[in-house]
Amino acid sequence: MVRFENVGLRYGMGPEVLHDISFSIEPQSFQFLTGPSGAGKTTLLRLILLSLKPTRGLIHLFGTDVTRIEADKLTDLRRRMGVVFQDFRLLDHLTTYENVALPLRVQGKEEASYRAEVKELLHWVGLGDHVNARPSVLSGGEKQRAAIARALIAQPDLLLADEPTGNVDPSLARRLLRLFMELNRSGTAIVIATHDIGLMDQFDSRRLVLSEGRLHIYD
Amino acid sequence: MTNAAAFTHHIRQRIARWWRARPHRAAEPPLVPVESIAGRALIIVIAIMTFLAALTAGAAQLVGAASSEWQSAVAREVTIQIRPVAGRAIDQEVARAAEIARATPGITGVKVYSRQESERLLEPWLGTGLNLDQLPVPRLIVLRLDDQKAADFGALRRSLVENVRGVTLDDHRVWIARLASMAQSIVILAIGIVALVITATALAVAFATRGAMAGNRDIVEVLHFVGASDGYIADEFQNHFLRLGLKGGVAGGLAAMIFFVLAGALASAWVATPGGDQIEALFGSFSLGVGGFIAMGLIIVLVALVTSIGSRITVMRTLRQLS
Repeated sequence: MVRFENVGLRYGMGPEVLHDISFSIEPQSFQFLTGPSGAGKTTLLRLILLSLKPTRGLIHLFGTDVTRIEADKLTDLRRRMGVVFQDFRLLDHLTTYENVALPLRVQGKEEASYRAEVKELLHWVGLGDHVNARPSVLSGGEKQRAAIARALIAQPDLLLADEPTGNVDPSLARRLLRLFMELNRSGTAIVIATHDIGLMDQFDSRRLVLSEGRLHIYD
Repeated sequence: MTNAAAFTHHIRQRIARWWRARPHRAAEPPLVPVESIAGRALIIVIAIMTFLAALTAGAAQLVGAASSEWQSAVAREVTIQIRPVAGRAIDQEVARAAEIARATPGITGVKVYSRQESERLLEPWLGTGLNLDQLPVPRLIVLRLDDQKAADFGALRRSLVENVRGVTLDDHRVWIARLASMAQSIVILAIGIVALVITATALAVAFATRGAMAGNRDIVEVLHFVGASDGYIADEFQNHFLRLGLKGGVAGGLAAMIFFVLAGALASAWVATPGGDQIEALFGSFSLGVGGFIAMGLIIVLVALVTSIGSRITVMRTLRQLS
């Protein structure tokens, strides 16, 4: 599904921030991406999301070599991935419903065709009563769940979550993690970037550990 | 199905496809927040630009129409001038010239100015009450031409020179040529000014679009991550800027139209005053014809299109740079 081979990244003429990163993510797999703050977890996620280009190495996404991909094909690949940002990145001028429906709307689907589906998902993540609320009136946990719902609505093959439990209390963090496990059981490959060791210890899963720009894998 | 019917069917299908695939319906809010774009300032800029362009086009149309009126009025008449020549009776020369003119095909009227009438023509320059007996005042014969049948001025000129002393025939060709070239120059100048104004509008839109994209960079990034294509994002900006362009264009174009309507009404009210006569001499009746208003309508449409397409090109270019 995702394959990195000797990927390196530097910003401009600066030092390399990621060295010789090689790993793969299999379909329906579950893994944590961890490491200390500033180790490059978000950068690695951005490489997978194709918002950064590697300085060297090869990246294959869903069987496509992305170093030679045309711009219009990037959209097709991105539509197969869902992403939960650390800072949620909800659009403040849209309601919770409109934010969650965004991935379907940008695919040009008719609103009537997904209305029930979006409302059902909002109920599932516990935001059934906040359908018309704007992000500014939601709590941190509610924003997090709205961001997760937005990442899931298009039923992606791969879900990338950047510190999804960073802004919520431990109880909600466990609930969110159970939500991700449930998604994984339904067939979605999941990568969760976190530095919360306690959270990772609750679930026995593959760990990708970034340290000083290098990746260590613990299966 | 005929070719024309097949073509119409094809166009209808294209429009229907575009309508179904357009980025958001009336019920859906724009993905780029409207208030984040310096919309009001841009509308004012576009309105001013459209006003200037429409004013230029209207003025060119007025001058062009007035020039055509002059040309056709001047071209309907030619003048024979007979200077007094020592030892020749000028009245006989005038009578002979008039006779030759009347016999020429294509001339429908011959108006001979008497000595008194010729002297009266000089009054605006020399004043009244002067004795002009000692002055060699030329005599004029004005010939009215047949609209249907062209007169042979070459033959008329030769016949006059052979039979009448001190005669010249002025068919106003130089005047007509000068008027035509003046009108042409004004139209070319107006096209140049309109082109400059449209270019300035496109640049203003490009700057505004870049500003809007910079201000909404986070939103553009999120749209990319949730699977929006560059074309979809460009549509979002383009639709918004098309609305701004239409608002500014209509405001500026309507202001120019109102200006010409009011100016026409004022010119009509001033008719028969010295100022009104000057304006009428320069711009005719000062009222725009249907052509003038159509030209202004086209400028509004052009400005809206430039705004819309200019924003799309800028967005696509910026997105390419971002990726």
